[in-house]
Amino acid sequence: MERHGSLFPFTVLCFGIAILYIPILVLIAYSFNASPLVNVWGGFSTAWYGTLWHNRQLLDAALLSLEVAVSASTGAVILGTLAAVALVRFTRFPGRLLLTGMVNAPLVMPEIITGITQLLLFVSMVQLISWPHRGFTTIVISHVTFCTAYVTITVQARLASADRALEEAAMDLGAGPARAFLEITLPIIAPAIVSSWLLCFTLSLDDLVISSFVSGPGASTLPMVIYSKVKLGVSPDINALASLIVCGVGALIITAGWLMRRAERRRALEIQLAGR
Amino acid sequence: MKTGGTPRRWLIILPPLVFLLVFFLVPFAFAFKISFAEAAAHVPPFTDVLVFTPDHHLKIAATLANYRYLLTDEVYGVAYLFSLRTAFFATLVCLALGYPMAYAIARAPRATQSVLLLVIMLPFWTSFLLRVYALEGIIRDNGLLNTVLLHLGLIHEPLRIMRTNLAVYLGIIYSYLPFMVLPLFATLEKLDPTLLEAAADLGSTPWRAFRDITLPLSVPGVIAGSMLVFIPAVGEFVIPSLLGGPNNLMIGRVLWDEFFGNHDWPVAAAVSIAFLLLLVGPIAIYQYYNVRQLEA
Repeated sequence: MERHGSLFPFTVLCFGIAILYIPILVLIAYSFNASPLVNVWGGFSTAWYGTLWHNRQLLDAALLSLEVAVSASTGAVILGTLAAVALVRFTRFPGRLLLTGMVNAPLVMPEIITGITQLLLFVSMVQLISWPHRGFTTIVISHVTFCTAYVTITVQARLASADRALEEAAMDLGAGPARAFLEITLPIIAPAIVSSWLLCFTLSLDDLVISSFVSGPGASTLPMVIYSKVKLGVSPDINALASLIVCGVGALIITAGWLMRRAERRRALEIQLAGR
Repeated sequence: MKTGGTPRRWLIILPPLVFLLVFFLVPFAFAFKISFAEAAAHVPPFTDVLVFTPDHHLKIAATLANYRYLLTDEVYGVAYLFSLRTAFFATLVCLALGYPMAYAIARAPRATQSVLLLVIMLPFWTSFLLRVYALEGIIRDNGLLNTVLLHLGLIHEPLRIMRTNLAVYLGIIYSYLPFMVLPLFATLEKLDPTLLEAAADLGSTPWRAFRDITLPLSVPGVIAGSMLVFIPAVGEFVIPSLLGGPNNLMIGRVLWDEFFGNHDWPVAAAVSIAFLLLLVGPIAIYQYYNVRQLEA
């Protein structure tokens, strides 16, 4: 595929990747700076990581964020997979267009609008049915809403490329449709489900705007605490925290990518073997 | 699942449909209703639009004051236009950078391709907030960029980038670049290489082949990528708030202040509805190209 004249795109690619990574690498480097002054290098130190463990506010927020992220990504994976199955397998049903729209719109909807409108809904619901109270529950509901979109799109792509014939063969052999789905199709889309769970987890962990609107007093997620600190300027302990989060999330994403690729390869191999 | 029949089908369709209906679509209806209410000093801080009088009549206590306020107070119009302009130019730069990047990835060998995609995806999934914060470390007065430029003797005084509109542009470009690259890659990858070979055989120069074949065929990717950058960028809050100057009035920031600063929920609801109406066009375009691409 090597073509002449492709030097320019390649140069821009390298430049783009450099732009994407340099700020993060600089941030990580500065998190090991012993000096509390952000512009002076005072030698290597891991002291800022140590101070994180004594910051009660940060730990509480991190715990809340983790709970929210686990609940929201689990909920989103269930709803998103169902939506993907509905959209791929049932080509016509009333509300299909509506579902397609509602699955895609959150991807581009400015967060601030989603946040405000959902808060207004929750407030009105409390007036009508005294539920839900703003805090953990409302944050999870909001996160499930935008995460579902990502799950549906990932699983949809996978499901569309899955071979329908296998499932039909299972049903010809006497399996019920539910059993055929669980035993044949689910394993095929499992990597997509696992990786979209991980992606939702990171998206939920990162959300600032929507959480700020829908959370109630006393429920501050990690991004909310970080934002209020960052607003005051660059600080060394936030550098340390940011490095931890970026590396942790990065590791999760690489795992997800690796899982997808491994499953892809295995499937390709199986198809090859079956074809013999 | 033909044998499953209709009732069982709905067990699959209904949960996501109802959930998204209630928690994504219905909120807009409530925002619409509250945009006609008045601010009040109780909890929740707005008046009821629909009131049942003691003799069981439904009374509508709606006011257009909030929308009138939007039209008369210059801040909103200026903020809308400023946000649209900022998002537009940032999208153009993302496109100029992202297109060659996507092109280079699409031309790379398969094994390299998936690694490169992961490299592009990784920042996209890692914390948005923290990446904006990381950018501050580069562009602030004593940040890396100024330090390097001063050392090289290219400048004699640090460049003032932080708290300017330039910082907001840089922030949007830096944060949204992956959103541009991925859809562009998806269309460029599907491009049939034999078309280009045929063009070359017929004596076309690489540049002409690119202009006449690659570029027109990648239009859906260009539109999807541009919308993925443009629409969220118009409503961006974190970037103008952390990197922009105090007079950078992007609409997201105005909305945030209206809500958390002035506590005027009905006006905020009216701003959201007006904002949404402005975005309906771009969102519809995005949906159209996205669905077409998925079903291709």
